[in-house]
Amino acid sequence: MKGRGLATYAVAYLLFLYAPVILLPLFAFNDGTIIAFPLQGFTTGWFVQLTRIEALHDSVFNSLWIALTTAVLSTCFGLFAARASARYRFPAKGGIMGLIMLPLVLPEIIVAVALLVVLLQLGIDLGAWTVILGHVLICTPFSIAILNSAFLSLDESLEEASYDLGETKWSTFRLITLPLVMPGIISSMLIAFTISLDEFIIAFFLTGNEPTLPVYLWSQLRFPTKIPIVMALGTIMLVASLLLLTAAEYFRRRGVARTGAKDSGGFL
Amino acid sequence: MSSSDGAFSRWRHSEGAQGLILVSPTFLYALLLLAAPLATIVAISFWTQDYLVMIREFTLANYIRAWTEPLFQTLMLRSVVIAVIVTAATVLLAFPIAYYVSFNVRPERKALWIFLITIPFWTSYLLRVFLWKVILGYNGVLNSGLLGLGLIDEPLTFILYNANAVVITLAHAWAPFAILPIFVALEKIDRALLEAGQDLGESRFTTFLRVTLPLAMPGVVAATLIVFIPTIGDYVTPKLVGGPDGAMISNMIQLQFMKLNNGPLGAALAISGMIIVTAISLIFLWLNRRYLKVRQ
Repeated sequence: MKGRGLATYAVAYLLFLYAPVILLPLFAFNDGTIIAFPLQGFTTGWFVQLTRIEALHDSVFNSLWIALTTAVLSTCFGLFAARASARYRFPAKGGIMGLIMLPLVLPEIIVAVALLVVLLQLGIDLGAWTVILGHVLICTPFSIAILNSAFLSLDESLEEASYDLGETKWSTFRLITLPLVMPGIISSMLIAFTISLDEFIIAFFLTGNEPTLPVYLWSQLRFPTKIPIVMALGTIMLVASLLLLTAAEYFRRRGVARTGAKDSGGFL
Repeated sequence: MSSSDGAFSRWRHSEGAQGLILVSPTFLYALLLLAAPLATIVAISFWTQDYLVMIREFTLANYIRAWTEPLFQTLMLRSVVIAVIVTAATVLLAFPIAYYVSFNVRPERKALWIFLITIPFWTSYLLRVFLWKVILGYNGVLNSGLLGLGLIDEPLTFILYNANAVVITLAHAWAPFAILPIFVALEKIDRALLEAGQDLGESRFTTFLRVTLPLAMPGVVAATLIVFIPTIGDYVTPKLVGGPDGAMISNMIQLQFMKLNNGPLGAALAISGMIIVTAISLIFLWLNRRYLKVRQ
């Protein structure tokens, strides 16, 4: 009885969650410039138009470059901090980790404004690199959260066995630790990549004359005739991020299986 | 020399030093690109801007303006009220779904459900907000659907370009951030405790009230803070669906920094906002600890 009521609620809630997302492909293939029902007929024309907008291509490449660099850098910073936090007790650990994780609870506009002011004061030109600086800052806490659980589920006795068998610290890390946390590293890179690709506020403030994809989208939302093209682009982005997430989930499960832990589900 | 060398080398090999060395690259990055900029923002909020020149003399003028001008008061109050409503709506709507997945879904299907819940949130945030505009608009999906069904005679206008639209959109945007912490807290509850409750004569409902809910509170508290803190600073949603009556404090901060070229006032507004968020969060945590005995 009670279970059925909850199940109905769960389905209704999922409908609410999916309501906006379902509209994306509907209007991307809709043969009409006005975004309203009833639908006008099927077309792939908006996708064809996508291939002809050069400013869009530039922003996609800019975003991909920023997201890739951010993923690598924030995973490296995440590795250092997660390893230190999972294995060592050190002075002022709470304060240091607190500062590093702070962007998780700081409104992004504060981070964006603070970075903008400092960069302008220092006379640094805005561009892809300044966006990367901001994105690494907000992605590192996510990388740490993922890598921390990877390091914590790692059996310490494996490393000790390696020391006892005469391996050095570095070779143990390379031969034992790294392969075991590799799924965590890949999953951290994928999450950081996805966050950076989608991030708008920091990019909006720090991008200068080279817009990222979300900043470009923002500028297009003002023109009603461009909306169907934006919908087509959104559909492609949706499919792409689904593929990325499935990959991240796959690697996470492999990681769980490799360390022999029980699967508790979900990446977050 | 040898003794100090020995002490240093002992220190260098101690656990504390190795941990510090390991964490230092990330810490330095956060220090340079987070702590220093935040300190700068605090500093300039006490300065004044004279066209292009920053006058570096201590003044409280920006804070006085930020706290006394009716426009800023309205925006700040609206941001807080919207954030409170969004948080309450999001957490209340999220609890049953987290409960359902944790208690009613078979263990091997749980990961799939969590995956299903998180998928919509990996589409572009901008586009999701924009699509709510499409749904809620005058000729939008909701209005044309309700008109088609004959449930209404003319389009509803109270759902776009006002605070209602901001609340609906943000309650959607933050859903998974509320569901996941509550779900994690519910998963940790030892199911034997619930059986014990019922064996001792409690009904299912009183068991829920007296066992499940108190044990789930840490998750609810975490969800509340995770949704509340960033919501106050949201920029995109009020800008796209809020209209003139739905604008929030971030829109004003952006305006001050970019268009009006008054960084110090923008900084004072940003810091005032942060102080208000922190104060409300601390009061909320204190109330929880005081009356519900929630331990973090």
